[in-house]
Amino acid sequence: MTTQLPVLTASDFASDQDVRWCPGCGDYSILAQMKKMLPQLGVSREKIVFISGIGCSSRFPYYMNTYGIHSIHGRAPAFATGLKSVRSDLQVWVITGDGDGLSIGGNHLMHAIRRNLDINIVLFNNRIYGLTKGQYSPTSPIGKVTKSTPMGVIDNPLHPLSIAIGCEASFVARTIDVNIKHMEHVLRRAAEHKGTAFVEVYQNCNVFNDGAWDYATSRETKADTIVELEHGKPLIFGKNRDKGIRLNGMQPEVVELGKGITEDDLLFHDEKAPEPSLAYLLSRMRYEDDFPEPIGVFRAVEASIYDVELNKQITVAREKRGDGDLNKLFNAGETWTVA
Amino acid sequence: MSTTAEAITVDSSKEVIVLEGATVRLAGDSGDGMQLAGTQLTGTSAQVGNDIATFPDFPAEIRAPRGTLAGVSGFQVHFSSHEIFTPGDQLNALVAMNPAALKTNLSDLENGGILIVNEDSFDKKDLKLAGYEISPLDNHSLEGYQLFRVPMTKMTRDSVEGLGLSLKEADRCRNFFAMGLLYWLYGRTPDVTLRFIESKFGGKPDIAEATRRALKAGWNYGETTDAFASSYRVDPAKLPPGKYRNMMGNQALAWGLIAAAKLSGKEIFYGSYPITPASDILHELAKFKNFGVRTFQAEDEIAAVCSAIGASFGGALAVTTSSGPGIALKGEAMGLAVILEVPLIIINVQRGGPSTGLPTKTEQSDLLQVMFGRNGECPMPIIAARSPGDCFDVAQEAWRISTRFMTPVMILSDGYIANGAEPWRIPDASKLPKIPITHPGPRENGEPFLPYERDERLARPWALPGTPGLMHRVGGLEKEDITGNVSYDPENHQHMTNVRAQKVENIAKDIPPQAVDGPASGDVLVLSWGGTYGACTTAVNRCRKEGLSVAHAHLRYLNPFPANLGDILKSYTKVLVPELNMGQLRLLVRAKYLVDAIGLNKVKGKPFAVVEIVQKIKQLLA
Repeated sequence: MTTQLPVLTASDFASDQDVRWCPGCGDYSILAQMKKMLPQLGVSREKIVFISGIGCSSRFPYYMNTYGIHSIHGRAPAFATGLKSVRSDLQVWVITGDGDGLSIGGNHLMHAIRRNLDINIVLFNNRIYGLTKGQYSPTSPIGKVTKSTPMGVIDNPLHPLSIAIGCEASFVARTIDVNIKHMEHVLRRAAEHKGTAFVEVYQNCNVFNDGAWDYATSRETKADTIVELEHGKPLIFGKNRDKGIRLNGMQPEVVELGKGITEDDLLFHDEKAPEPSLAYLLSRMRYEDDFPEPIGVFRAVEASIYDVELNKQITVAREKRGDGDLNKLFNAGETWTVA
Repeated sequence: MSTTAEAITVDSSKEVIVLEGATVRLAGDSGDGMQLAGTQLTGTSAQVGNDIATFPDFPAEIRAPRGTLAGVSGFQVHFSSHEIFTPGDQLNALVAMNPAALKTNLSDLENGGILIVNEDSFDKKDLKLAGYEISPLDNHSLEGYQLFRVPMTKMTRDSVEGLGLSLKEADRCRNFFAMGLLYWLYGRTPDVTLRFIESKFGGKPDIAEATRRALKAGWNYGETTDAFASSYRVDPAKLPPGKYRNMMGNQALAWGLIAAAKLSGKEIFYGSYPITPASDILHELAKFKNFGVRTFQAEDEIAAVCSAIGASFGGALAVTTSSGPGIALKGEAMGLAVILEVPLIIINVQRGGPSTGLPTKTEQSDLLQVMFGRNGECPMPIIAARSPGDCFDVAQEAWRISTRFMTPVMILSDGYIANGAEPWRIPDASKLPKIPITHPGPRENGEPFLPYERDERLARPWALPGTPGLMHRVGGLEKEDITGNVSYDPENHQHMTNVRAQKVENIAKDIPPQAVDGPASGDVLVLSWGGTYGACTTAVNRCRKEGLSVAHAHLRYLNPFPANLGDILKSYTKVLVPELNMGQLRLLVRAKYLVDAIGLNKVKGKPFAVVEIVQKIKQLLA
């Protein structure tokens, strides 16, 4: 017998709370794509939990008609770990930002990824602290002038995907807030991945860091600054799709197609490569170094999943020793009787 | 000497003197296996039917430099033919495996007490490491004791000869020689230790045989040497009838949690980060996956508590454990649990502070930390265990309160309780009180679910993800009463603050009234909490036997206090609060009840000696 799941729409996933992000914030687009994507999964709303930390992005759970926890700064991956460990039946999403996930919560992010729980982590990267009104974040570029860096940022920024890949992430992807079709696709891929799916979203903070991603979003430049990854396909970009990425030893280089260079000379994307080096190399291609920045799925491999293994151990222990019996426990080992 | 370990007969041919009880300490290098030897003497004495109390005392370093004063590890066992509550103030017998152990422990040995030393270790090098100019064995300084110089190293090596052990391996059997000698001295059978050897070293026949032989050599030495003219016997204690086992505090907390889970139909999620002296709870729980126990060794203390809160949201019996430094790190998340109003057990096995402090030594100095150590108005119930066995009951009580009131509950234990042991009467699991828990069911009618609607106790519903129609969001922002929606309304914040406080206050109506041991009014009330129970009970009993008007109230519930505590405090001329801190409970009762309580306070990493409390009581009555 099969039960027909009720057909849900995006509006079924909207909570009754007013959305309170600044008008024009990139978060609206992410929320909209999430609500549009979720009904496609065939997972009922009560089976979904959104967990966030602190920051603008972390208000996200309040706006979803699912279960949710708006937790404390940086710790959302830890809450998700506990929840998923005891409730593998739930689909768990972590919503975080560049400050929440990479600064105060860097440790938890790193460990959630390496454990590879079956959860999805979406990091909204706007390269600024928004909720505290404009201090630099761990992804702000060097030289960036902010309220807390009037003479410019002097610490090297972190790159979220490089971090994730360094932590042996089994799924890594990047998308852009205004690229709505692409985002919907990437979120869906993340949801369908078994294991921790880590997604970086380039998100514009139009109040404190407006235009941080202009190079990747503006009509004039995006064809030259972004390269869309497709599994098994060569890395080609440019308005006329006449440029590509070629590997020169361990170094990627931008080449022009034609003049003796064909598609076959280019780097072909392999998201299933067991070795993460290629994905890492892609994560280090940066606009400031005159590379197009890849978007799409960098890496999607199968790996052992923490909550699955944990539950397996429970099952095996029960098979071997029987379901726990208190009287047996109390009376095992050395005992004596007082008459 | 025979070359194989044969059965040891307990009947000694020498005179046997019957004692009421004895306090024995084994002391040696931290690599000498004193904790193992002490544990074995404990189990063996328990098996005889003695009442027991133990006090393991070891350095923070795993292997401090060999032979030094800093590296001395000790294990004290008090066994008795009557009911006892403490590991004993003064030693009747001390086994010192090296000069450093002698130097650091001798002051605790009673005049005329039995002093057994490993003579072979009193060489130039070890004497120098211990800071002795000349050997105390040779300069008459030990004349006030019954000194037995035993060549333990040599005799142990002789006993294991022919087994092909290296000298180092042979010397590692010395603690079994010492055990054998003590078993002879106090007329105990080695059965428990022989079974232990079989289960521990069964896979290594050489080591098993060597330890058996060393054990027997120690016993034989006592029996045959002329040095020991007599041995002792301590008869079984008249404990309440039943089946008993030896129980340590951390083990009892783990078992109590397992019982609480069974009794409430839940499975345990245990988020924790290793820290002394709490880690043994993690080790113990990790063994019981067949009870559905999920232990999670988190990346840090914060992740440990946060993962537990996540698991609680999912419907598990969620626990996190630490000691003071880790509890400090958990502060923000504990505040979240308070405002989320979810069940959660937090265990603080206290140790000496501040900061890293004295990791392996006991103290009660985190009471104010757990009472107030969070931002905002953030009340949390606190209950404290009084002894190793009591931990079993306290764990269940914490879960009962946590789920009835939808609140995190703090359990306080301490290093002394955690590592101490006592006989534990095994309960019949089917007679343990159930802990009923209900979750709201699916809602199909489309009516909004109200996550902060409250029952008569002010508890909110525990709605679990996966339940259709109950989708809701919780979080650390102040929430509107009933709906749980984010609210910045000033009146609502005042109201919610009051409600959270009142909910915790309501627990006072749900717990038994405070009991008093002794006269209902009189000259002195001793008010105690936590691990000082044994010392305070013994001290008060001793004073009453001398005809003094002294009563004793030992608190399990520290927040809220039992409803009748104020009346009790006002029924005595003086209130004495002995604590292993500088006066934390005293501060609370003075503030709450305006009672001029007097403190007896020390922080020396050691429990109270009974005599310290007796003296203070007498001073107050003088």
